[in-house]
Amino acid sequence: MKMSPLDRALLLLTGILAAYQVAVGINGFDTLPVIAYTIAFGVLLVAGLLLIIWGFDVLDSPVVAIVSTVIPLSLSLGLVWEHLASFRTPYLLFAILGFAVVIFTRSAPIPAENRMPTIVIVIVHGIAGIVIFLLPIVISARGQVGPAFALVGIGGALIGLGGLLLSFLKTGRPILSRGTILKVLPGLLLLMTVCFVAGFKYG
Amino acid sequence: MTTIAVRSPTENLKSKFTHYWSLTKPLQSGLLLATGLAGYMSARCPVLNIGTILGLTGSLFLAIAGSTVLNMWWDRDIDARMGRTKKRATSKGLVNENEVLRVGLILSVLGVGWAVAMDTLYGLIVFAGLFFDVVIYSMWLKRRTAWSIVWGGVSGAMPILAGRALGLGAMDWIGAMLALGILFWIPTHTLTFSMKFVKDYADACVPTFPSTYGLAVTRVTIAVSSMLAALAMIVAGYGIGMAWGFLRLLGVLSAGLLILAIAMTFRPSERVNFGLFKYASIYMLAAMILVVLEVM
Repeated sequence: MKMSPLDRALLLLTGILAAYQVAVGINGFDTLPVIAYTIAFGVLLVAGLLLIIWGFDVLDSPVVAIVSTVIPLSLSLGLVWEHLASFRTPYLLFAILGFAVVIFTRSAPIPAENRMPTIVIVIVHGIAGIVIFLLPIVISARGQVGPAFALVGIGGALIGLGGLLLSFLKTGRPILSRGTILKVLPGLLLLMTVCFVAGFKYG
Repeated sequence: MTTIAVRSPTENLKSKFTHYWSLTKPLQSGLLLATGLAGYMSARCPVLNIGTILGLTGSLFLAIAGSTVLNMWWDRDIDARMGRTKKRATSKGLVNENEVLRVGLILSVLGVGWAVAMDTLYGLIVFAGLFFDVVIYSMWLKRRTAWSIVWGGVSGAMPILAGRALGLGAMDWIGAMLALGILFWIPTHTLTFSMKFVKDYADACVPTFPSTYGLAVTRVTIAVSSMLAALAMIVAGYGIGMAWGFLRLLGVLSAGLLILAIAMTFRPSERVNFGLFKYASIYMLAAMILVVLEVM
């Protein structure tokens, strides 16, 4: 499907917001969250630019599954490191191991009928997605951070929705047509990034 | 009865302007101009000096446009043999070749003259850029050796060096590093281009890295060159005193450039080649915007 000028504009805005977040939005955090958020928003920025350059066809590449794992994993790692001190080390190990296993199962010669790569993606994405969705909402409800930080959780829900749509697209059993999914994807990415940036800034 | 379409003088002028405007390669000239402005602002001088900014913009644009028009004039024979360039006004004979030479010379003299009048060192660097581009690169080396791109790179690095020298009143290591960033970035841009149009260049008997050393060596050259460009830009950013967040962003953008260059080395494809070519332009523009934003 050809990318429209509006799609390109939405992706460019997403990239600019992600760039803002890397350059300005995460100043003052500890070292590891800064690294984690830089990776998350940096991947979002570069992926957005490459999507503009290559068009939607690039989403069919097997590398997308690996790259799209980096964003939720690093974002959730930053959140856990900042707000769940007792889970820091276990979650860091989970993030490293999870990413390594995703890379292995996506690059090793595994027969197509083997469902291991899908199961691994579901587990890694699922845990990271739940963390990004629930943690900001819970801690903002408890008053540990400002109420606007819940927006990060909404961004987490949107990233989960985007991931779900993309994975259905890749498995060849889309709940929506390919055209519809690609039509909403740039807007969804922008909305998600707006939620993250606003949540971090005002939360 | 046949009717002859007669153009009004206004239409003639408009058509001529359109042809000459395309001969200045507005996008490429614009990007080089942006590097010159960024170089000037990187000196953290009073950037809101309208007279100097206008002078810098005007003189650099005239010099860059002049050298580009002169290149088009010189290369009109080989441009006519390449599919990519055969539609240029000079290749199709839409403009008189002597007139093109005159326009190129006038623009160049005006640009360099204005630059020298503003500041001698600045003018000298602008002249060096024009000389390297037209005489050394186009006239002397382009048809002889694939290594001509190094001199094309040197001339491309002159606007940022000139801009910084104008702002600072002298040359320093940061200016040299910014220039190196551009110098190493240019092969990333031009070599991916020459890989895409390798047949065109072969048809025109212009030696390129892909035709002289093969695709594998060209890819490794691009990867190494990208790495050096990214390194030079980060070091320059540090030298300018860029805020930590801006350096982080520059690092992210540089990482994207490196990943694409590495992908092209080990998993070459037309798509990756095209992606690197486009991304390299975005990278340089973004780096220049960061330098400007940093000092605003």
